[in-house]
Order: sequence, then structure tokens, then C-alpha cells
Amino acid sequence: MTQPISSGSDWSFELIEEYDRQIARIAADFGLDTYPNQIEVISAEQMMDAYSSVGMPVGYHHWSFGKQFMATQKGYRRGQMGLAYEIVINSNPCIAYLMEENTMMMQALVIAHASYGHNSFFKNNYLFRSWTDASSIIDYLMFARNYVAECEERYGVEEVEAILDSCHALMNQGVDRYKRPAPISAEEERRRQKEREEYRQQQVNDLWRTIPEMGGNDGDEARQRRFPAEPQENLLYFIEKNAPLLETWQRELVRIVRKIAQYFYPQRQTQVMNEGWASFWHYTIVHRMYEEGLVDDGFMLEFLQNHTAVIYQPPFDSPYYSGLNPYTLGFSIYMDLKRMCENPTEEDRAWFPDIAGSDWQQTLDFAMRNFKDESFILQYLSPKVMRDLKLFAIADEEGDDAYEIKAIHDDRGYRRVREKLARQYNLSYRDPNIQVWNVNTRGDRSLLLRHTRVDGIPMADDDTQEVLKHVHRLWGFDVVLESVDNGEVMERYRMPPEGGSHNSAA
Amino acid sequence: MGMSHVVDRRLNGKNKSAVNRNRFLRRYRKHIKKAVSEAVHNRSITDMEQGEQVSIPNEDIQEPVFHHGAGGNREMVHPGNKEFVAGDRLPKPPGGEGGGSGEGQASDQGEGMDEFVFQITQEEFLNFLFDDLELPFLVRKKLKSADSYQYVHAGFTTDGTPAKLNVVRSLRKAYARRISLAGKRRRRIRELEQQIAALEAQPDSDDPAFSKGRQIEALREERDELKRQVKRIPWIDEIDLRYRQHRREPKPSTSAVMFCLMDVSGSMTQVHKDIAKRFFILLYLFLQKNYKRIEVVFIRHHTAAKEVDEEEFFYSRETGGTIVSSALKLMHRIIEERYPPDDWNIYAAQASDGDNWNDDSPICRRLLQEKILPLVQYYSYVEITPHEHQALWEEYEAVQASFPDRFAMQQLSDASEIYPVFRKLFEPKTA
Repeated sequence: MTQPISSGSDWSFELIEEYDRQIARIAADFGLDTYPNQIEVISAEQMMDAYSSVGMPVGYHHWSFGKQFMATQKGYRRGQMGLAYEIVINSNPCIAYLMEENTMMMQALVIAHASYGHNSFFKNNYLFRSWTDASSIIDYLMFARNYVAECEERYGVEEVEAILDSCHALMNQGVDRYKRPAPISAEEERRRQKEREEYRQQQVNDLWRTIPEMGGNDGDEARQRRFPAEPQENLLYFIEKNAPLLETWQRELVRIVRKIAQYFYPQRQTQVMNEGWASFWHYTIVHRMYEEGLVDDGFMLEFLQNHTAVIYQPPFDSPYYSGLNPYTLGFSIYMDLKRMCENPTEEDRAWFPDIAGSDWQQTLDFAMRNFKDESFILQYLSPKVMRDLKLFAIADEEGDDAYEIKAIHDDRGYRRVREKLARQYNLSYRDPNIQVWNVNTRGDRSLLLRHTRVDGIPMADDDTQEVLKHVHRLWGFDVVLESVDNGEVMERYRMPPEGGSHNSAA
Repeated sequence: MGMSHVVDRRLNGKNKSAVNRNRFLRRYRKHIKKAVSEAVHNRSITDMEQGEQVSIPNEDIQEPVFHHGAGGNREMVHPGNKEFVAGDRLPKPPGGEGGGSGEGQASDQGEGMDEFVFQITQEEFLNFLFDDLELPFLVRKKLKSADSYQYVHAGFTTDGTPAKLNVVRSLRKAYARRISLAGKRRRRIRELEQQIAALEAQPDSDDPAFSKGRQIEALREERDELKRQVKRIPWIDEIDLRYRQHRREPKPSTSAVMFCLMDVSGSMTQVHKDIAKRFFILLYLFLQKNYKRIEVVFIRHHTAAKEVDEEEFFYSRETGGTIVSSALKLMHRIIEERYPPDDWNIYAAQASDGDNWNDDSPICRRLLQEKILPLVQYYSYVEITPHEHQALWEEYEAVQASFPDRFAMQQLSDASEIYPVFRKLFEPKTA
């Protein structure tokens, strides 16, 4: 008969190592493929630090991280908010933080959740594989931090802050959604940064060369030629490469924010899948430990209490409701996939003929690797989960004086609910679709952005105007954003506002 | 397995966010200054030893991003359906865009969501206050330093830092230890050498059992071992070390009394009084760092003077003419009755708009020169007015000429001009 590893709530480094050994063994049994782990025990204060630098273990300095820190600190001191008990970094080795205040059970839960759950997701999900380079992110962040500090020294904190503020405002428009970028490599960055400094400015100058091209009949053609030739979705990339007046160091700052945005982009696209996966595995691994007698009843009781809190979903009419809980949704889908593999019903066979009765480990592994939230939900959200969560779709149409329930968790509604929910997780539906449309290269150098409305949804006026100030700061000349519905311009925002001065760049 | 590396990070990288926090405070210094200013207005002058809560309207610290606005057509999925069926229609709440349309931006519950509220520390609070007063860096440091203690010599101890090592004491200990450890052995060595010499002097026996060769050898072995032991006695050992010991003791626990004198005639506006308040605060902070016990006496005057509490001093309004000497006389009487100068260090700070009944100013000069200044450590006067000086200022100039070390005066229109009045007080003292 196996003895439980420990009893009571106190932890020690020896115990953490022993739990980790057992969890690693069980995770390997289940076929989880992970990066090596680095498990760091930190204080609550340090957790707040980590929390407020948006999960970057090394961050450049910026007031907004200070603001985040102060908000976290206040919430924590007042006891309004527990700290996130897990922060995990997509790096190799995979860094996870354990808070010293945690009980032994919590440390074990976090190890299973973060160091094996999230870790295997980072290593194997296709978005992370193709968009991030876990082995070089820490180096890159170091490079970024030093570069920013150097700029601050040379050009002043306020100058640097201004550029970073503007870049942060455009972070969500600073990613390539479709094109795969070269992976970030710090060493490469450093080597090429000098090179860029020399050539980049020259390329920009080429674009803005005002000398007419040689040859006779290209005048009209050139006037009509668009720049960029195709609309571009990555505003920060476009600015980095083409903004006429930016200094070289300012372009490098734009690039840094853009690279970091790109690094985090997969996390934004896989929140449900990733949290669901980690929760599924802490649940599964700890249950296996209990079956093996490695943890006792007290441990299990505390574990289940925490697990239940994590995956609690308040109903839409609860005062605590703030949207679907990604832990709940993801966990429910993976659990139901496993159930369909092991105990399929008639309904499962009809809806998921390939999954019902298949090997659950292989099925879950495939689901984890090859999807993002949107496609994952579309592919795997089962009628049973929709019933369990009592999902319903409600329409809010302009000009209608009532909301309308469009579909609920019944035979008539499953497909619609699933489709609508999947779409909700599509970032290009969530974030406004904004593209660089045209630049007046021969005239006033103004930049034209285009927002394409989906379902007639407009931009928020106030913030759009505010963000345009930032675009204007980076671009240096007039900026116009047109909000377009079915080819018709519905709204036009300008910076400087209509009648304002022309060239405010200085 | 065995791939994990567990690290204890608790001791390093503490306070990583300090820089970012300072960046935040710097960026919003205007808001914080305002909060500090209000706190100064609302607090007692003896209550500067804590931080302050600052709130900033959320819209001022928002980081804008492109996002959707209200309008258009949306269809969202929510959990927890109870009785809805497809086709149900629910009237929208009147007054435009109701809930259910946004995406995760609804923060309709929780308190004070319109304000970003945070706490600044006492040190940060004082920094902003000192910014206001444009205090030189050295002075700030002096006022903020928490220790109003001094270290006194308190004998010797067996552990301490190398800087506190007492060489003479340590060597004396080492010498004593060497004697006590080596003495017995040295004596024995001398005995052994005598025995060896005696044996060597005797003729050897034929009986191998009594052969002196082996005896001598045994004695020599013992002697050499003892010599080795003596050699191994360290010249100085850790247990010999003696360190000077210091004990923290409160600085001489003398007492000070601070007189706040203020003209409250109708011409002193609340703005004047708020500037005056900072003037009194600065003196108070100075005294607090130098004296263990401080009493504050508030004297307000118009044509007559009155001892009042702080609240009444700063915030009740009076009208009428001004006779400054009434306050000086009252101060003098209070000193005589309650604060014998042998037991008390007396400081005074006077604020006025310079207005005085003309015949009274020479009386003030005489009172100060003859009765008050001989009793006090320091007397500071500020005149809060943008106008021409009147008779009082000129008389006070005469006072300053006769007591340059303990009388200081300054005209000011802004809190940042207060400090020069105290410059003498904050000058580094050469012991």
C-alpha cells in the first residue's frame, strides 16, 4: 500500500520535488510532451510583479505596468481579489511560479496545471509552434529591455514613453494574422539590428523620394498606383517600415512592441483551449494520484473545492456574470470528448462518428494540437455540453426594440449556438477589422486607414479619435480612418480633426 | 522525468515594479500634487507622518485601443438559460443601448469604477509636499530620515562587523588565550628537557629492559608532540575578537514648543492661510526630527489675540483691524506661565499679510528685541502679500539686523518661497 506523499498543508522544497516527480511520471504515462520545467517559488509581492508585467518575466519599464501593479496590489491588500495562483511562461524551459503562501495541495495543483498542462500546450499547439520561439523569448525580452533603457538614457524617458504609448494603443493591430513570421531570435535581432539601422532609413527615403521617375509616360500611372499595393492589416509593421519621419531608434521600438504582440497573439487565440487543457490535466492527474494512494482524503477535498471554484460558471443573470468562463468551457469540452470516447451515446455517434468510441488520449491530443478557440469550438462543442451549460443565442439588432432569442440548447438550436459561439472567439470578429488602405505618397503624405464593418457594427467614437492621435504621432502626417459598410463610407475620423493644421510633425 | 528544476526565488528581485510605479507617479504628478495639497489642507500640521489616498478619474489613465461601439447587429451566446425558447422577444431597456450588446466591457458592478484609487506612501507624500516647498535635496533627506536616534558606546561584544573591530582588545585577548593554552605545555616541555638531559648524563644500563635509549626516545616524543601543539595554537583566534558595541538611544530628549502666530483679519484669505499652513508644517517637521516632545501653541489675532485650537486657527473667519503686538504680548505671557526657557526650546513662526495698525509696529519691534528674542531659538516671519511693504516690515528689518542668527523673514506669494526663512535652521551643523 502506497503512503500519501504528505499530509497537512505545509510544503517544503523536498515535497515539491517529490510531487513534481510523481506528476511528471503520470503526465508521461498519459503521453504529455513537455518542455523541461523551471518551477520558481516566489512571494506574493513578486507574484504581483509578475502579474503586472503581463506575464513577461523580463519587461521594459513603462508606466502602464506600474498602474497595473498598483491596481493588483490594492485589490490584493483589500482582500478583494486572490492572486492568480498560476502564471506560466511560454519559454523553454517552461517557467511556472508557485506562490509561497500556497498550501501543499495548491502547489501540486499548479504544477499539474501549469508545468504539465500549459507546458504541453505551448509545446505542441500549432499556433505556438509556428508563431513563437520558446527557446529565445527570454533573450529577446532582455534585448528589448536593454534597448528601451538605452533609448531612455539617450533620448529621455518621456520621448520613449510617448512612442511606447502609441505602439501599445496599436498592439492588437500589430500582428500578422495569416502570414507566418520568422521566429524571434534575440541573437539574430542584435546582429541584424545594426544592419537595419543603416539600411532601413535608406529604404524609407527611397519611398519618399520626390524626384520624378525617369521616362515619359509613367506620370498618370504613378499617380494612380496605390501604396501599399494591397491593403495591409499589420499597422505597426507598416509604420515601422514606412512612417516617413520616425528616427531609427523609434522604428526599433515599434518593432519591439510588434514582436511582443505577436508573441502573445497565440495566447489570445487559444484561451479556452489552453485553460481547458490545463484544467483537464490537473483534474485527471490529481485523480490518478488519488487512485494510487499518493494523496489523502484531506488533499482531495481541498483540491475539489478549488477545482470547482476555478470552473464555476455563473449564469447570465447572476450579478457575478462576466461572460463565459474559458476554464469552464474548455474543461467541459475536453471532458466530454473523453466521455464520448469511453462511453458514447447514440447522439454522440450521430454527431461525432469519428470520435465516439475512439482512443481518448489520441483524440484529445489531436484536438489540442490542431485548432484555435474558434475552430475548436466549431469542431468539438457537443450538444451535451451545450445542454450542461444551458447555452442560448440572443440577437441584438439595430432598430429592433427587443432582443430576440435565436436559438437554445435543443435539437433546433445546437448548430446555431455552436456557430455563433465559435464566431465570438474569432479575434478578427472581436477586434475591429482595420487595414492600411492607401498613402498619398505624392501629395500630403496622409495615411488612410479603412475599417470594414461586420454586421454593421461601428467603431467606438471617443477611443477611435484617441487612438488616431497615437497613429498620427507615429505617422507624422494626417491620418484618416474611414469606417465602411458594404463599400459605403459610414463615418470618417481624422487626425488632426477637420480644419486642423496640416503637418504637425516636428 | 527529473527534468524539472525547482528554484527558490523569494529572496531576489523583490520590488521589481518599483520603477514602473515611479513612472506612473511621475506621469500623474499633477493629480497627486492636488491630492497632497488637499490633504495638507485637511490634516493637522502635526499629522504629516502618513501616506495619502489618491484618486484619478479613470478616463485620464485609460489606454485607448480600437474597439467596437454600440450599434449594428450582434448575436451573442450566454450560459444559464432557464425558460427561454427560440423566438422569445425581450424588450430592450429604454434609453438606448442596454446590456447584452457589449463584449466583456461591462463592469457594471463594484464600487468606484470611475476612479483609479491608490495609496501613496508617507515618503512619497512628503516628496510631493517638499516639491511644493522646493526644499533642497539635503534638507529633504534630513526631514525624511526615520532615525531620530543616536548611537552611544556600550562596551564590547564578541561579534560585529569588521569595521567595528577593536584591535587592542582583540590582541590582548589573544595574548591571554595563548598564555593559558600554551603555559602548561611549555612548563611540561621544560620538565621533559631537564629529564632528557639528566638521563643523557647518566651511564647506560646493560639490562635492555632499563636501557635509557628507549626512555629518552619516549621523552623526546612527548616533548616534540607538545612543541607541535604549542605551535598549532593560533596567534589570533576568532574567539579573541572584540568589537565595539553601540546601542541606539533616543537623542537628548529635550522638549520644544512651537508658537504659531497668524493674522486672521479680513484681508487674510483662505489661500493665504493655506500657504501659511505649509509654513507652519515645515517648522513642525524640523522640530519633530530634533526634539522628542513638541507642543504647539496657536495664537490668532486681529485687534486682540487669542490662544485657540488648530481648527479654529486655520478655518474660522474674523474681520476687523490688526494689532500685531497683541499676539506678541500673549506669546510672551504664555512663555512666562508655561514654558520656562530653561526647560523648553522655543520656536515661533508668524504669518501675516503685513497689515498693522501703524503706531503698533514700533511696539512690536521693541517687544521682539527686548522680551521675546532673548528667550527663543528661532523666530521666523513670513509676509504673504504681493503688495508694497508697510511699517511692520521695516520694523522687522531692524529686528533682523540686531538678531541675524535667530530671526528670519521673507515676503512670499507662493509656498515655494517659504524655505529660505528656515535656511539657517537646516544648515548642516558642525559639531
